[in-house]
Amino acid sequence: MAAALTPEVLALDCGAEAERIARWMRHALGTTLRKRGVVVAMSGGIDSSACAALAVHALGPAKVFGLLLPERDSSGFSTARGRQLAQHLGIAHELHDIAPALEALGCYRQRDEAIRRVVPAYGEGWKNKIVIAGGTDGGINYFKLVVQSPDGAMHEQRLPLREYLQIVAATNFKQRVRKTLEYFHADRLNHAVIGTPNRLEYDQGFFVKNGDGAADLKPIAHLYKTQVYAMARHLGLPDEICAAVPTTDTYSLPQGQDEFYFALPYAQMDLALWALNHGRPAAELAQALSIGEAQAQRICADIENKRRGTHYLHARPLLVEDIAAIAD
Amino acid sequence: MTTIQAQVRQYIEDNFLMGAGAAAPDDDASFLEHHVLDSTGFLELVAYLEEAYAIRIGDDEMLPENLDSLSAIAAFVERKRAAA
Repeated sequence: MAAALTPEVLALDCGAEAERIARWMRHALGTTLRKRGVVVAMSGGIDSSACAALAVHALGPAKVFGLLLPERDSSGFSTARGRQLAQHLGIAHELHDIAPALEALGCYRQRDEAIRRVVPAYGEGWKNKIVIAGGTDGGINYFKLVVQSPDGAMHEQRLPLREYLQIVAATNFKQRVRKTLEYFHADRLNHAVIGTPNRLEYDQGFFVKNGDGAADLKPIAHLYKTQVYAMARHLGLPDEICAAVPTTDTYSLPQGQDEFYFALPYAQMDLALWALNHGRPAAELAQALSIGEAQAQRICADIENKRRGTHYLHARPLLVEDIAAIAD
Repeated sequence: MTTIQAQVRQYIEDNFLMGAGAAAPDDDASFLEHHVLDSTGFLELVAYLEEAYAIRIGDDEMLPENLDSLSAIAAFVERKRAAA
């Protein structure tokens, strides 16, 4: 009989899994990638922290280089936790404020122009974020702009297509500039770049193509977020990091990942994705999450829609025909 | 087929299927299930409908039963125009 659908299904033998990942990482670097170490951009969040710790576990601290890459909208906690992690792991690290590069590229200007087309008063001292709506309520996914004026008042409005695309395109500069710096350091050190998506992010396409989606190896893409937290605790990471609430750290207003993309808190998303991946019926998921069966069906449909809609993000560039000489 | 259905079908064939030889699905077939539109595609469709038919689609109207097939769109747009 199949195990009951409870958080227990996500239980992980973290010791054995850390060893398996370490063997895989050493093998990947030594044989496939032929690099001397790894670069990890550390946001202070649980995923990049766990990746850095796994890399140190696999390779030792001397072969891991950490990067702290804050910008204007980053939470102050990001840099503090990133620095704390680097010191905890004993790895070399560098802080590079990417705000001037983003400013020069027009990231903030392009974003703010699009916001002002929706909220003309938006300007200095205002904050913003985008939230998702619709999908898990049985509707069609769409996005809302939420802004906070300097007096603290919140305003919310559905984003028209053109403004939504421009805000996202401008914001994606952040992930792509960070990746440019990661590869600069990887090239100069003859290192590989670690990508830090967990399974939810990888499966649901919650990454920027040629931004945080770009990497040479992704050591936790198979681990549900719940398991990443367990791994971080197993590896003895500081409490502040293990207790951090997942955020995008991309918009100036605090923005949970569930607000922007997943529509459910990560623990529930983990269970829903696990249930879908293991062919468990919606009725069972409904019981596990204490929701109605119709709602559970909508959640599963939303997961499948996002998986399908973002499939191209994983794809190599399409070619007119295969070139056999460079096939895997 | 209503005029609206024909116009939206042409819009989808021109803008989403790129004249690649594929036809828009049957009038009652789901765009989602037939993988014709993703979430950004629906936002594009909404922008097109609002402009082409001078209507405003509310947040609470962003529903598959209003937007997920040619016949649903035609009925929805006609209701909106009648109510205007």
